[in-house]
Formats: sequence, C-alpha cells, structure tokens
Amino acid sequence: MPEQLLFATEVFLNGLMAGVLYALVALGFVLIYKASGIFNFAQGVMALFAAMTLYGIMNGLVPFAHLINAIFGTEIHYFGWTVPALAAIILTVGVMILFSYLVQRFIFRYLVGQEPIILFMATIGLAYFLEGVGDLMWGSDIKTLEVGLPQGINETIDRVTFEAFGYGFFIDNLDIVASVVAAVLVLVLVLFAQYTKQGRAMRAVADDHQAALSVGVSLNFIWILVWSLAGFVALVAGIMWGAKSGVQFSLSLIALKALPVLMLGGFTSIPGAIVGGLIIGVGEKLFEFLIGQPYLGGATENWFAYMLALIFLLFRPQGLFGEKIIERV
Amino acid sequence: MLYREAGDFSTTYPEDSQTFPIKFDRYRYYVVLFIAIFVIPFMINDYWVNSIFMPFLIYSIAAIGLNILVGYCGQVSLGTGAFMAVGAYACYKLMTAFPEVSMFIHVLLAGGITAAVGVLFGLPSLRIKGFYLAVATLAAQFFLVWMFNKVSWFYNYSASGQINAPERDTFGILITGPNTEAWATYLFCLFFTILSAVLARNLTRGAMGRQWMAIRDMDIAAEIIGVNPLKAKLTAFAVSSFFVGISGALFFAVYLGAVEVGEVFGITKSFLVLFMIIIGGLGSIFGCFAGAAFLVLLPVVLKVIGADMLGWPTDIVAHLNLVIVGGLIVVFLIAEPHGLAQLWRVAKEKLRLWPFPH
Repeated sequence: MPEQLLFATEVFLNGLMAGVLYALVALGFVLIYKASGIFNFAQGVMALFAAMTLYGIMNGLVPFAHLINAIFGTEIHYFGWTVPALAAIILTVGVMILFSYLVQRFIFRYLVGQEPIILFMATIGLAYFLEGVGDLMWGSDIKTLEVGLPQGINETIDRVTFEAFGYGFFIDNLDIVASVVAAVLVLVLVLFAQYTKQGRAMRAVADDHQAALSVGVSLNFIWILVWSLAGFVALVAGIMWGAKSGVQFSLSLIALKALPVLMLGGFTSIPGAIVGGLIIGVGEKLFEFLIGQPYLGGATENWFAYMLALIFLLFRPQGLFGEKIIERV
Repeated sequence: MLYREAGDFSTTYPEDSQTFPIKFDRYRYYVVLFIAIFVIPFMINDYWVNSIFMPFLIYSIAAIGLNILVGYCGQVSLGTGAFMAVGAYACYKLMTAFPEVSMFIHVLLAGGITAAVGVLFGLPSLRIKGFYLAVATLAAQFFLVWMFNKVSWFYNYSASGQINAPERDTFGILITGPNTEAWATYLFCLFFTILSAVLARNLTRGAMGRQWMAIRDMDIAAEIIGVNPLKAKLTAFAVSSFFVGISGALFFAVYLGAVEVGEVFGITKSFLVLFMIIIGGLGSIFGCFAGAAFLVLLPVVLKVIGADMLGWPTDIVAHLNLVIVGGLIVVFLIAEPHGLAQLWRVAKEKLRLWPFPH
C-alpha cells in the first residue's frame, strides 16, 4: 500500500477510537433528553466532577480543604488514607446518585412544564455551579487519574501491521479499552431499557409524560434514575478522558465535542449518538490530516464537527436518526 | 406617594405612546442621563473607569444586542463572543487601514460588518430551531475564533498573533492607545451605549420589533398572520450582530487595547453575555443594563470582600464567583424567569400605591 494511504488508515482508526469517546459523552445527553426533554449542558462538567471526585476519594483528599483552610486558618489537606480504585468508583457512583437526587429535588422539580430553552439555560447555570463546587471541593490543579488502565502504544497491532505493510500503526491501548468499555456500556444500557421494568418505565416516560404518570410510573423516580445513569456515563467518560489527558478544566469541554455528535445523530436516538460519534471522530481526524494540516494551518478539529453538523442539518433538521419534528400551531 | 401618575394626562397619541409615559419615570430618566453625562466624567479616575464603568457600558451594548435576538426574537445564540471578535477585528483592520478617519466611523462600520457576518450565520435559523440552532451558533463561535487565530491577514501578520489598538482620536481627543484620559473613553463608550439603547428600544416598539416578538411566541402562527419569517429572523440577526459588533469593537479598541482572540472572545464570553440577559430579564432593555451591572459588579464586590477584606486566596474567590453566578442563574430561572427587570416592574407597581396599598 502507498504510504499516504497507510497514514490515512491509521488516522481513520484513531478517529474511530476518538469517535467512540464522543459517543460515550453524547450518550449521557441522549438519556436525559429522551426521558425528561432536558438538554443537559452540564454533562461535560458532570464528567469533570465525577473524575475529580473519584480522584479525591482515591487519594483521601479532604473535601473543601482550601475553603476550610481559608476560613479557619487550618492546614488540612489529606485524611491520610487511600482507597482502592474499585471501591472509590462505587463511592463516586453514590455521590453521582446523590447529585442526581439533589438536582431533581431542588432544580428541575420547580421547572416542570417550562419551555425547553429555559431548561437548557438552567443546565448552563448548573454547569457553572457544579464547576465552581468541584473546584472548591477538590482544588483546581491538574490531577492524574491512576485507575490501572493500560496506556501507551499497543505492541501487538504495531508488530502485526509492521509485518503486513512495513509500517506499524500507532494505536493507544487506552483507546482500545475505552472503545470496549463504551461498547459494553451501550449494550448494557440498551438491554436495560428494553428488558427491565425500570427500563420500560423509562421508555414510557420518554414517550409521553402524562400517559406514563396515569399508568402509575413515578416521574420523579424515573428522572432521578436517568440523571443517575447519565452521572454514571459521565463517570465512565471522565475516567477515560481523565486517564488520557489528566483531570482538569478542559475535560468539561468534551460536552462541546458531544454537541455536534448529537445534532448529527439526532437528540433522541441512542444508535444515532454512536453513529454520529463515529462519523464526527473519523471525519474530523481525516479532515485535519488531509486538508486542515497541509492547507489551513491546523487545529481544524475545533470547528470541523460543528460545520459538518451545521451543513448536515440544513438538509435534515432532525438529524440522522432523530424523530421527525412535527409542528402544530 | 413617591411614584404616581395621578394628574398625568396624555392629550395626544405621541404623548401617549412615548417611551416613558409617566412623568416621574421620564424625569428619572433625564436625571440618570444628566448624571451619566455631566457628573460622572468629572468624578472618575482610571480605576473606576477600567474596573466598573467601561465594562458595564460595553457589556450593556452586547447584552442589548443579544437580547434582541434571544429575548425579542427567540433565537438562542451561543456565538456572541465570536461576533464581538468580528467587531474587534473589523475595527482593528479599519483603524490600521484608515488612520485619519474618526473612531466614531470605525466603530459604526465595525458594527455594520458584524451585521453582515451575523446574517450569514443567521441563515441556518430558517431551517433549524431551538437547541439545534443554539448548537449551530456554536459553529460560528468556534470557526470564527479559529479563523482569527490562523489567518494572519486579520492581525496584520504580527508575530504575537495579537492585535494592538494604535492611538486614534475623534475630534482631536485621544480615544484609544495607552495615553487616553479616563473621561474621554468613558464618554465615548457612553455615547454608543445611549445610542444602542435608544435605537433598540424604538426598534422593539415598532413594526420590526412586533414581528420579532410574533416569531418568538410562535413562528408558524406568525407566518400565517403574514409575518415574513425570513425577513424577521434575518433582521433580528443583523440588528443584534450590529450591536454586538459595536461592543466588540469598543471592548478591544477602547477597553482592553490588546486582544488575543481565543482568550478574550472565547465561549465563556458568549455565556457571560447570555447570563446577563437571563439575570437582567429576557425581552427588556432595562434588563440588559441591570444584568450587565450585576455581573460586572459581582466579581468586583466578591474580590473586595473575599480577597481584600477576608484575605482569602484569589482562586477560591474566583470559584465562589462561579458557584454564585451559576446558582443565581438557576434561582432566577425558577423564581423569576423575567429577571431583574420584572422585579423592577413589580417594585414600581408597589410604589404607585405606597404607602397606602388599599
């Protein structure tokens, strides 16, 4: 194979891996949007918060240490213990469930029936709030998350491709793990939605709030459930991205990466989120490689996804798999 | 008692439909204008201008622009930062290309150029609505910021990639550059703020504003009663971008003097202006001022209380600021979706009858 094509293939594969991660974040959006009609802008910050919390619990950080020290003039930072990764993850899931309950109890309970755009703006406020709380709780320094995920180049793929084409592909172990985890997560979520009682109730709520309410589904419970699920997805996304590039503010920007994925795939479709994620992941990497880097001065990844989604939407306003938008007066 | 309209009779239609039909309101407005124009310039120094008055005036213009789009026409935009950048860069290119022309002209032209760009990015609004549109405006945000970073023509091939405002004057008084006087820059910004507010107020009361509001309330119904959605939406984008462009030009040329686009006009700026109009009040010109004042003053007040008086580290104060702003947004959306402007309206209603409510 010619060299250029080999490079392109490598970029393509890496794009697929990145796309899986985008899809993972997008999934959290879709879950909440389907069940409650809330477009949750705070999803990215939730991922950041979850990753920070996981780090804090694992390393035995004292929550709000900086604030306490500033107010009382004390010097506390650590509890002095460390928690194994698995236990910390379970504890973090607990924190995210508590967070979901609080969000439901103190914010969205009062906003039921408001216009979608008001709900959207409320989640932007929530994003700011959560970001501030996260920074106050755990400090805003860059943290490295060590949960025992494999990292670095995958030797096997490198060797096999080198033998076959004379050029070893560079594929990160972490990306492979992330893809597998994302695939499993999606499968579990789909199974949960299709075959369990709660999953059925969730789909009923997504379909029609009032009808679901009238057959005895507790809206409150379902909303807390989907926010918890989204929190869990955020945690997984946070672990993956946190292991990749450190737990820091930029982690919350993955929400911005997931938005075009959603537009492309449609806000209401789980398969759409995955296909959209893959298209965007591959598209932006290939565009950067073929056009952006050589002709446009690079860093096109920032906007390519948005432009692609924008142009696509002009032809199909509901996205690839979204439900047809029907408007009535 | 204080605030009453008894004996306030309008005898002609223009009198009845003026902006401030109640005498007390009108005089209050004149007093505010008088103080702003003739008193404040003599009392301020560089600190006050740079930390409070100038950001307040400039953000007010941006908020008016965004409020026209979001509050009056119902098209949510998250691209305000990028449109401010367009205004800033347009102003920069004009300033360096035509050094002898007055700054007034440059700022207005920068607004005009931004309006054209705004219309271009407003085109998708004809097909896409709601969140999809909000996300689509993010395309403008990221693309434009990237473009200003990468295409060196925009920053005159300077090595740092920054743009720096050269010294320019209007009527012989320096407006930009390091050697300006506090009162001159203040009055320059004040002029544009008053201009924007009067213009916006009258536009929104007229036929155009009514069309925008019809589109906002229900676009299909508006179309059926004869509002042209193409015209209404695109004019909203154009007028909104015009004001945002002016504010961007002032922000760069008069306030900051030097700009690195990704830092100054990033997405946080878009959110900041959006927060201003949510807290101030969607669909209200007064709300733009209230929201801008609130969000400009809050960090200053927090800094004075937290960092200077209590001696907390500044990063904690900055995080607290985030928490408070985010929390306030949510509280306002729950308790008072029409923002500070509505609180003001309620207060006025109460004041009419005070102190004998029955």
